[in-house]
Amino acid sequence: MIKLERRRQPSQAWSYATPALAVVATMFFGGLLFAALGKNPVEAIRTIFWEPLFGEFAFYYRPQLLVKGAPLVLIAIGLSLGFRAGIWNIGAEGQYIMGALASAGVALALYPLEAWWIFPAMIIAGALGGFIWGMIPAILKARFGTNEILVSLMLVYVAEQFLASMSLGLMKNPEGMGFPGSRNLQQYPSAFNSEVITNSGIHYGVVAALIAVIFAYVLLSRHMLGFQIRLTGEAPRAARFAGVEPARLILFCLGVSGALAGLAGMFEVSGPSGQVSIDFNAGYGFTAIIVAFLGRLHPVGILLAGALMALTYIGGEIAQGNLGLPSAAIQVFQGMLLFFLLALDLLTNFRIRFAVRGTA
Amino acid sequence: MDLSAINPILLLASLMVAATPILLAATGELIAEKAGVLNLGVEGMMIFGAICGFATAVETGSPWLGFLAASVGGAVLSLLFVILTQLALANQVASGLALTLFGLGLSALLGQGYVGVKPPPTPDLHIPGLSQIPFVGEILFTHDVVLYFSIVLVALVWLFLRSTRAGLILRAVGENHDAAHALGYKVVLIRSLAIVFGGACAGLGGAYISLVRVPQWTEGMTAGVGWIALALVVFASWRPWRVLIGAYLFGGITVLQLNLQAAGVAIPVEYLAMSPYIITIVVLVLLSRDKARAPAALGRIFHASS
Repeated sequence: MIKLERRRQPSQAWSYATPALAVVATMFFGGLLFAALGKNPVEAIRTIFWEPLFGEFAFYYRPQLLVKGAPLVLIAIGLSLGFRAGIWNIGAEGQYIMGALASAGVALALYPLEAWWIFPAMIIAGALGGFIWGMIPAILKARFGTNEILVSLMLVYVAEQFLASMSLGLMKNPEGMGFPGSRNLQQYPSAFNSEVITNSGIHYGVVAALIAVIFAYVLLSRHMLGFQIRLTGEAPRAARFAGVEPARLILFCLGVSGALAGLAGMFEVSGPSGQVSIDFNAGYGFTAIIVAFLGRLHPVGILLAGALMALTYIGGEIAQGNLGLPSAAIQVFQGMLLFFLLALDLLTNFRIRFAVRGTA
Repeated sequence: MDLSAINPILLLASLMVAATPILLAATGELIAEKAGVLNLGVEGMMIFGAICGFATAVETGSPWLGFLAASVGGAVLSLLFVILTQLALANQVASGLALTLFGLGLSALLGQGYVGVKPPPTPDLHIPGLSQIPFVGEILFTHDVVLYFSIVLVALVWLFLRSTRAGLILRAVGENHDAAHALGYKVVLIRSLAIVFGGACAGLGGAYISLVRVPQWTEGMTAGVGWIALALVVFASWRPWRVLIGAYLFGGITVLQLNLQAAGVAIPVEYLAMSPYIITIVVLVLLSRDKARAPAALGRIFHASS
């Protein structure tokens, strides 16, 4: 008979070990999945995890890792603050879209003006766009107690429709010969999110992601607000007695995560993607949820988890090309990772005891 | 704009069809939440049911086997949620999200060969006599069996919760799992059954979208219906008949919005398509003051610590 015994304190060792274990378990069961699809499992796993880093074309893929990882880390850092306090923003995808639209709007309105302040203005607009979209569920929750999970998610669908309307209407490229989608911002120097170091993949979004990691680390370990966030998550009653204002925390967490998701959208639309189009959003907002959990809601962990998730994106693309692995298989793979992580977390909080029935 | 193009009979009849998937999924989730489990994986279970049902119906040629496969599929996927939240004691919000992400991926994977395929038609049941009644008959009595089943299901769930012993135990588990445990009820087992029931209902609702409402398969075709179903349970303050009213209200909005698109109203298509989601938010805000009826142990993890 197996018995679970609650640990007095979560095990430090297991909390580091479970993400690694989850990755191993996902590799194994993912391999089984690929085998079921008629692909060589060892080859598929090797292609996903090895090829982008050390393969023949690694010089091309390594910068891509940063490009894919930056938005994931940026969004996940914001989400982790709320998740720690039990505030569930799952509408980052919508905030990402709104940030991209706001910043692209600024750029397209000023085109073809060239000035140094255009890019900073776009950054502000992007953050603001995401912030406002994140504030809708925040204010509704703080004022009326509305469930923020449902509201933030509904707003994703609203944002998607708004994106479609913009790319087919107001923001459509007047010289685009009737094709949907805006002007390409990569060809507009003042608005282009160029690489800081050529061919390194390090664009301003990567820099912003690193700053966000440091900011979150300092906030959580050194600042009163960070303490309140952790306290609310771990002991809500104690937090209330300690005078934590829930409303303030809700506004802060949803506002910051919205702004960061908006920034991620801004860096994407002005750089790697280049234009506002109907299918501009690629699910970063949802994958970032996995990244946040995989990184144990810890800033440094999120950085590592973002890198890993970017690896599965790039590796998945290579496996699509080389092995004909369907793109959805990678989505399943990423979903599996979250499953194993949540399941294995049991070991962090509980001790498993094998006891003979009747004793005890 | 030509509003006369909208046929009120067709509008009301298709309202019922549009409402059925939401109704099925929300009824299932109602039972799970009454047992104290918040399963945010409804969208994932729905889309998985949609492809399971679609694939089975296409391969066997029988829509009924399709619906059966869909509910089995939804139930099987919900078992993952059972393992995570009831056995591994994981956070229910995170586990539900995982279920949705996983279900979306898995259904896209399974559905690759089925894009553009036509499923076998689900026959409508023309109830003799009743369906001949002008206007009302055409609206109410010319639908398929699954639609009627969804309404019967609401009645059964209402009866179950209100006047059966098992229903009382289920509610007890949802209100105070420690007390229920102390009385000797198997909290984990009861919750697991409730989750699986919710999964089967969500799967069936998903298949209703892919086999009747649309009917074809496209990736991510549930488009948030599962989330609307979750909102609907809150809207209904955990009461079965209110779920029915809510589902028909949302079905009405969806259908009206589509009809207005077709009639060429001056509002752009995208803004009309936003309306069901915005109205969901508005309704949630209006009703969020009334939290008193939520099951007291909703979303809380049960562990029989000695």
